[in-house]
Amino acid sequence: MESFLSRFKNPLVLIAILLLQAIGLATQVRRPQDPLRPDGQHTRLLRLWADALVSPFERLSAWSGHSVRWTWDNYIDLRHVRQQNDDLQKQLAQLRLQRAEIAEDAVEAQRLRKLLDFRQHYITQTVAAQVIGTSGSDQSRLLILDKGSRDGLKPGMPVITPDGIVGKLRDVFPDTSQLLLLSDPTSGAGVLLQSTRIRAIVKGSPTGGIIINDLTPDDRIKPGEVVLTSGGDQVFPRGLAVGTIQSIKPDPEHQPYTLITLKPAANLIQLEEVLVVTGTGNNLDEQTEQELTQDAQVHAADVAAERLPSLHDKPADKDDPTADPNAPADNATPPPDNSTQLVPKPKPVLHPDRYSTGSTPPATDLTPGGGQSVESPPPPPPPAEKPQ
Amino acid sequence: MPDHSYTSRKELEEYRFSPVVSLAVPLLLIILQAYVPKILPRTIIVDLPLLAVIFFAVARRNPIAGALTGAAIGLFQDLLTGQPIGINGMAKAVIGYLGSSIGVQVDVENLITRMLMIFGFSLLQSGVLFLINRLLLGNHDLHLLWLHEVIRAGVNTAVAIPLFLFLDRFKLRD
Repeated sequence: MESFLSRFKNPLVLIAILLLQAIGLATQVRRPQDPLRPDGQHTRLLRLWADALVSPFERLSAWSGHSVRWTWDNYIDLRHVRQQNDDLQKQLAQLRLQRAEIAEDAVEAQRLRKLLDFRQHYITQTVAAQVIGTSGSDQSRLLILDKGSRDGLKPGMPVITPDGIVGKLRDVFPDTSQLLLLSDPTSGAGVLLQSTRIRAIVKGSPTGGIIINDLTPDDRIKPGEVVLTSGGDQVFPRGLAVGTIQSIKPDPEHQPYTLITLKPAANLIQLEEVLVVTGTGNNLDEQTEQELTQDAQVHAADVAAERLPSLHDKPADKDDPTADPNAPADNATPPPDNSTQLVPKPKPVLHPDRYSTGSTPPATDLTPGGGQSVESPPPPPPPAEKPQ
Repeated sequence: MPDHSYTSRKELEEYRFSPVVSLAVPLLLIILQAYVPKILPRTIIVDLPLLAVIFFAVARRNPIAGALTGAAIGLFQDLLTGQPIGINGMAKAVIGYLGSSIGVQVDVENLITRMLMIFGFSLLQSGVLFLINRLLLGNHDLHLLWLHEVIRAGVNTAVAIPLFLFLDRFKLRD
């Protein structure tokens, strides 16, 4: 026996090492009680220690890289900044106009939702976090963020960028947290196809893409269709951009379903900063609501001015020093007769009588007890001519 | 006349490392593995911890030490991922064991042998990881993309050659 052990010492040690780890794997992948923690709670401490060892270096590297980039961007690489600024100013002006137009619809939609008692979750609070590291493995699409439970983060919180959703928090440590990207095979989100309103589940593929593979073939689904969050997963608020459909083909492994590949709205491959959604509510926050209302009022006034020009017609005041002589008159270019912007007018009648619009004399011309008394019976209408 | 005679290849070429190097080099490579893909996403194809396992296992030429080194580095790598802990631990334990065993048999100081060995171990690790995912974790959606894995092995080899030449400076002869 002793000779057997000494002869096969090396392979026996290897088998023991593999066996121990296999048992460890088996205990982790048994049926999870918490869907946010697929490997159970007992590995959290080990992961915390590993993170505590690695994250200071990652944080230092990220900080030094950020400093160098900031110095370069703000002091050295300033070519075309003036032109870019002008372009952005123009873009901002256009966006302000668009926002004013959209605001009215948003307020109306909110009012209608209240009427229907529809629960919409708005993002009310976010925490900006910087990506300081990765998992270092292409089989696990996971990023390390520089914010943790001390900043109010909790496991399962959705993470977004201005472009769209990127994933949700997995393990949250005191000063760092793990962001499970949407492209990880264990990740998923409830989505809605924008034009067809079909609901589905998007998930990560083993190759790092994002796919939908729970839909049967449907001719209405076309490449290029925008995919939004549906809010049905209780993680991501409704209406956030997920991506656009890139390709649709039959899924050979899951017939009769189709394999729909998406192009993510956010750049999942190279993320620098993200927003962790720490608070959602059924109503917009007060400031946003006020801004929307103001925009909507401004827009409503503009529409009223366009549609009811007479309300805003002012007599030309030559004595008014503030009047701009070069300003165009409000009714300088009247809309055409068939324009929908005009107040509806009654059509001219074929045979006018005393009741027709415009036939009544003004009140100042009437005299009490005159010939236009209301008691006098109306004259009989002229006999209609028979068509020949 | 030498003071003592070497009776085997193992005695002739067995190296050791200072404890600082034994700890710092794998840790540094794991940190680089976690940080560099943040700046250069495509570098995630390189497996620096695997290169550390191969280097130390081959240099020490002790299968038990190789398996333990591989398991430790792999487990640490697993702790930083979202995967169950043990996937890389098992794969790298196998690589460490085989690396040490091969190191006894062949001349691993030769450049061509090194290249072939790293290329082969990289492919082997991909195969072992695939089997663990498929058989132990029941992940049937996972497929082995052979071309991708061959490219990975090639890139690992390209990175390993200068890295090993640099790490050779830290070898201490018994």
